[in-house]
Amino acid sequence: MKLARPSVLLGVPVIFLLLWLVLYPNLFVLGDSVLTEGDLTFRHYLRFFTSDSEMQALWNSVWISLASVVCAGLLGVPLAFLFSRFDFPGRRTLGALAALPVLLPPLVGVIAFLFLYGESGFAARAVQLLLGLEEPPWRLTGAWAILLVHAYTMYVYFYLFTSAGLARMDGAYAEAAAALGASRFTTLRRVTLPMLGPAIGGAALLVFMTAMGSFSAPYVFGGGYRVLTTQIFASKLNGDLEMAAVETVVLALVSLVFLVFLQRYESKRTYTGAGKGISPAPPHRAQSRSARLILTVVAWGGIGFLLLPHATVLLVSFVPEGSWTTEFFPPVFSLENYRSLFSDAEMFRPVLNSLQMASVATIANLVLAFAAAYLLVRKRFRAKALLGGLVVLPWALPGTVLAIALATAFSAHQPWFGRFILVGTFAILPLAYFIRNIPLVTRAALASFRQFDPSLEEAAASLGASWLTTMRRVAMPLVLPGLIAGALLAFVTALGEFVASILLYTHRTRPISMAILSELRAFDFGAAAAYGVLLIVLMAGVFLIGYRKISDEPAGL
Amino acid sequence: MTLRLENLGKRFDDTLAVDDLSIEVADGEFLTLLGPSGCGKTTTLRMIAGFERPTTGRIWLGDRDITKLSPQKRGVGMVFQNYALFPHLNVFENVAFGLKALGTRSRDLPERVAYALGRVDLDGYEKRAVQALSGGQQQRVALARAIAPEPPLLLLDEPLSNLDAALRERTRAELRELLKRLGITAVFVTHDQEEAFALSDRIAVMDRGRLQQLARPEDLYDDPANVFVAAFMGRANFLPARTVEADAGDEVECLLPGGARWTARSHASGGGTDVRLMIRPEALHIVSEPTSDSTAIRGVVVERRFAGATTMFRVQPDDLPELLIAGPPDAAATGDEVGVVPADGAIIIAFPGPEA
Repeated sequence: MKLARPSVLLGVPVIFLLLWLVLYPNLFVLGDSVLTEGDLTFRHYLRFFTSDSEMQALWNSVWISLASVVCAGLLGVPLAFLFSRFDFPGRRTLGALAALPVLLPPLVGVIAFLFLYGESGFAARAVQLLLGLEEPPWRLTGAWAILLVHAYTMYVYFYLFTSAGLARMDGAYAEAAAALGASRFTTLRRVTLPMLGPAIGGAALLVFMTAMGSFSAPYVFGGGYRVLTTQIFASKLNGDLEMAAVETVVLALVSLVFLVFLQRYESKRTYTGAGKGISPAPPHRAQSRSARLILTVVAWGGIGFLLLPHATVLLVSFVPEGSWTTEFFPPVFSLENYRSLFSDAEMFRPVLNSLQMASVATIANLVLAFAAAYLLVRKRFRAKALLGGLVVLPWALPGTVLAIALATAFSAHQPWFGRFILVGTFAILPLAYFIRNIPLVTRAALASFRQFDPSLEEAAASLGASWLTTMRRVAMPLVLPGLIAGALLAFVTALGEFVASILLYTHRTRPISMAILSELRAFDFGAAAAYGVLLIVLMAGVFLIGYRKISDEPAGL
Repeated sequence: MTLRLENLGKRFDDTLAVDDLSIEVADGEFLTLLGPSGCGKTTTLRMIAGFERPTTGRIWLGDRDITKLSPQKRGVGMVFQNYALFPHLNVFENVAFGLKALGTRSRDLPERVAYALGRVDLDGYEKRAVQALSGGQQQRVALARAIAPEPPLLLLDEPLSNLDAALRERTRAELRELLKRLGITAVFVTHDQEEAFALSDRIAVMDRGRLQQLARPEDLYDDPANVFVAAFMGRANFLPARTVEADAGDEVECLLPGGARWTARSHASGGGTDVRLMIRPEALHIVSEPTSDSTAIRGVVVERRFAGATTMFRVQPDDLPELLIAGPPDAAATGDEVGVVPADGAIIIAFPGPEA
């Protein structure tokens, strides 16, 4: 099929838009890293690679990311097996709840951990009280603190990918292995796990990239522990823009390498049955009563543990400012924080800002993802690899990198070079959210386009429907459910976005995450938690509405 | 309306999918493109529908050159292999889709849709969801949708392949009857020769992108143009032989290894050349008593397999490849030594030998 007219009209603007917004700004960062007053120099790279603290930060970033993969995997994979393969009371409900950390926006999760496991958090105080210690038993700071937060927030990738892999896997494989005389353990080791390999590998790479780009956990809990993302932030604050640029380039390059691996993995991610229908293996019913009891206790206990952060945020949100000092448990609870949040226009402003900016960004994501996915799935053209690369590239660009790139590119007025002053305006944050969510929404759109049979479009054409009619009456209604699932995920991500916001926000357009941060800085933890609860409720609401609408399958992750 | 394919060719990268194909389909005629997978039949159908642009050649519908027309403007109906019913629309909306695209007034729609559904015996199914229908019903909705705008030409891509065997056989006859009543010109694509026989007026046998033979079903069976067509259209025995002398006309006498002499219709030339003789299983007879017949081949029955109306025998001669023979159940038993002779008036065709 040649590239027909409508596709050219669609393809050229889409590719140019992506080149301009995704690739172009990064060139300025690259430029900053090698240019000093217009001269080419590698001085800044030399400075980076000879500085002990910079090399330490690079090493720390890589180390913490690898450790995050291991910890998150050890948590997520067994959980997926537990809920997919064993039957016990409450299995379905708990299985759904296990994905809940998704509903904890980065900064809110950090507050929760602070109050739960911090040196004056519930856990520490309980231990201190129990053992009668003078000092708190531990301080939640440094590498272990970061790792704890990462494991908790990122195991969801392993959990969801492995669950999906298990659901896709035909039970006949395990039965075939059993019929050939393999024990259950051998079947797991030689059949099930290897077949899950691509899914688990994909999750591992995704966790690695997310951990490399993670900012809020190291920023709040890092203490003296340097990683690349916090170094970039520090360099920017210190006005060492060249060093910030070098650090950004290094971080982007490491992520980019892993993105390439991820893409490789993706391409062979699905082993599906060769036969007609796939019937996943039914969950085992534990044989003995005691085994079932243990499973149930472990599962409920595990979920209770996973819900502790949410409960903590909720609890703290009822604590009025200054009322809780040294007591183990807050002495006073009131709705004061919520009252001021909803009555004080200045306090409510960030909520409106976030809703508005996330909506704008998500609508843009929907339009772009539909167009890009249509081109990628349905058309053959020369720039296809380029387009495919551009839509996943933002994944390799951690929020910090993206923010620096946008701040550099859109702080000058040079219309002929595609540069406008957006920094300090309303547009910059929605733009950042939009770019960050391009891979997510496009992926959802790609998944639904792939499921939808091209002969439906041909049928419409043979019945005389124009290209536009076909898009409007056939493609849109069929692709939209999957696309909306992806868009909802993008919307909630944008609502709680912190990493890019902290570098780009202005007071007038401050989002919820910045409001939380400033309350934290003012030690008004109750107000910060109230914002957090509001965010969680908004996210949960969006998901509930979303899942009602989308009956079959969430095409998002 | 007549359809004319003129030196049609399609190249995908470096493979030639369709090579210099010329076919003319008369008004109201049913033509089937038949061949193994990868023979170019589907590509040809998609070029007629407008989904693929030919690399060379032209397509004429009536006196209109539609080679470069987009699918929307051709007005050619198509029934897809998987039906391609729009899953989010109900039966009415599916059938009305093409009518609406052509600008039919919405108050005329119910009547036009009801008429099309009536043609396929689905009266009153308007409000049903397409996914709730059986495979056979879906197939008929797909047909109703394609014929509703009254296209001059209907294309059907393996229209029956998704139905189960029993239903397929019944549907074949119904489909042919219905389309004949509509007086429409139709092009089918299939890889199933039985289906092709049942549906078509003429069949175009294709292999590796080239037209092998275009003829009526019985002619394809009785007078295949080459070894490929002979082997593809039903079962056939191929025996090596040598021509003795050319008779008058196109008959030729051939000598088989082991001494039997058969007279064949010749597609080869001259005397004294190596040929391959083609004979159908039902054109061979088993004679149990030893015979002095000069046409007899001697062999041992290695298998007797009951197959309903006839029984299939496999006979292994001394100097020839195994023979497949259809006969009455009591013709022989496994292990018998028998003679095999061509029936009176049996069609035997001499194709050029492997070396020729």
